[in-house]
Amino acid sequence: MSRVLVGVKRVIDYAVKVRVKPDHSGVVTDGVKHSMNPFCEIAVEEAVKLKEKKLFKEVVAVSCGPAQATETIRTALAMGCDRGIHVEVTGKDYESLGPLQVSKIFAALAKKEEASLVILGKQAIDDDCNQTGQMTAALLDWPQGTFASEVEIEGDKVKVVREIDGGLETIKINMPAVVTADLRLNTPRYATLPNIMKAKKKKIANMKPADLGVDIVSRLEVLRVDEPPTRLAGVKVETVDDLVAKLKESGTI
Amino acid sequence: MTDQQKDFQELARKFAREEIIPVAAAYDRSGEYPVPIIKKAWELGLMNSHIPEDCGGMGLGIFDSCLITEELAYGCTGVQTAIEANSLGQMPVIIAGNDAQKKKYLGRMTEEPLMCAYCVTEPGAGSDVAGLKTMAVKKGDDYVVNGQKMWITNGGKANWYFLLARTDADPKCPASKAFTGFIVEADTPGVLVGRKEMNMGQRCSDTRGITFEDVRIPKENVLIGEGAGFKIAMGAFDKTRPPVAAGATGLAQRALDEATRYALERKTFGKLIAEHQAVSFLLAEMAMKVELARMGWQRSAWEVDSGRRNTYYASIAKAFAGDIANQVASDAVQVFGGNGFNSEYPVEKLMRDAKIYQIYEGTAQIQRLIISREHFSRFKK
Repeated sequence: MSRVLVGVKRVIDYAVKVRVKPDHSGVVTDGVKHSMNPFCEIAVEEAVKLKEKKLFKEVVAVSCGPAQATETIRTALAMGCDRGIHVEVTGKDYESLGPLQVSKIFAALAKKEEASLVILGKQAIDDDCNQTGQMTAALLDWPQGTFASEVEIEGDKVKVVREIDGGLETIKINMPAVVTADLRLNTPRYATLPNIMKAKKKKIANMKPADLGVDIVSRLEVLRVDEPPTRLAGVKVETVDDLVAKLKESGTI
Repeated sequence: MTDQQKDFQELARKFAREEIIPVAAAYDRSGEYPVPIIKKAWELGLMNSHIPEDCGGMGLGIFDSCLITEELAYGCTGVQTAIEANSLGQMPVIIAGNDAQKKKYLGRMTEEPLMCAYCVTEPGAGSDVAGLKTMAVKKGDDYVVNGQKMWITNGGKANWYFLLARTDADPKCPASKAFTGFIVEADTPGVLVGRKEMNMGQRCSDTRGITFEDVRIPKENVLIGEGAGFKIAMGAFDKTRPPVAAGATGLAQRALDEATRYALERKTFGKLIAEHQAVSFLLAEMAMKVELARMGWQRSAWEVDSGRRNTYYASIAKAFAGDIANQVASDAVQVFGGNGFNSEYPVEKLMRDAKIYQIYEGTAQIQRLIISREHFSRFKK
């Protein structure tokens, strides 16, 4: 009952206007502001809160990516995580890194670190995959509580209130388990200045996927990336009858 | 910048965008003291950064504090001034206080979100510090102070003041020996706090007149000793002028960003106003001024953090940043045209807020006096 693993992903900042590269192979990332995925921030906040309640002894922040991923880990440390693990993935490998490879890495780390709980954001705002948490649980054969808006530890079980289409679903799952954080789980704290200074002293271990015995070859190939089609101007009508007529005209009804 | 400095800047920037900007206009209209923002800033460690570590502070250098100040000022200089006035009030204690004074008066600032104030200016003397009339007379083990101070930032909110008062009544006594620096608890009997003054800009900042009527100050609260006050009061400025310059830079950057955003949206004569050279050249000059003002505060902060006397650079930074903040804010209003003059748009507030940067913390004219004096003294070496 001692360790929580939290995954944090470095993504393009939510406020940035994303642009597609001229060769349509992806989006422009050079020189663009990046920050921690907002759902990962919520995951970190939850993990730190659980530790502050003395339910866990240690929170380990993990990120997969190039050197800059350590900035995201540092933010997690400044929010209260105890140490970090940077799994180094660079260049073409990083461009093709997706939920399957990341979940293999997390599964390996969860076993290695003997984590009782793995908390991830429900999805990343760049690819919107919403897969890593679920795949990690499956690879570990652990229970999963996804889209969590409330997490409560009850002995060796976790009670998770999940946000689903129909409303809220409450489940109780055994630990070790994987939980993914949804928007309303909590409000992430600011890192305070003293904590930013303290974070400098916290350790970030560096390793490669191969060190964990994980093969990160991708089975997916991105063919093309396009911007969404520009929205066409609408047509204003005066009356409901006009509206019905126009809809009939366009074959919609 | 080091990674840590980038993180500090990022925190301050996020705080300004999410906590200050959404409420700044409302505080400007009401003039209400921004207590919730100050409390949050204090909790995050964004205030009182200069306080030494052994008093519970973070002992940050001037450069790091300026990084934070510029970001907060981007949000609202009224809020930032309220926060910065703490640094100004504390600086004399940091540079001249003995251990007991530091532990007592700086320590309490890190335990609770308290404010303090720098109490020097009087109704009859601002630039002419030597013309101060507030008198402190020794009576037994205490000093009894009588006089009037004016334009004291945080005057009505301070828990304690740094007070400069005349201890030598002889008019022939030189300024360097005639004044003494004191720490005064705000609840001392005889300290009469005036009304909140309604100013042109930075309106949520609390500025007041303070009257001292037979206020007794124990001798333990004298900084260094009788007659040392002038040097302390002036010495504080070398460390507080760079942050003030940073504040003005933050305002100027905000004005530039708002004007640029508008120029890329507004159309006239068939194209975006940004595509008209008159506007793009105006924005280019605004950008030049902002970048140079930033380099100004950075140089002056770096000099003092490196242990060197930075008076020359601090004055240049403050004078330049104050002047350009006014120019850039005014130009921003110009870019907005008619909309800029209106209170629904953010730039008229910037223009009103900018003016004080040419006045407080040493007027633009006093800065020029200092710079010319320093310049000649360097030249003659």
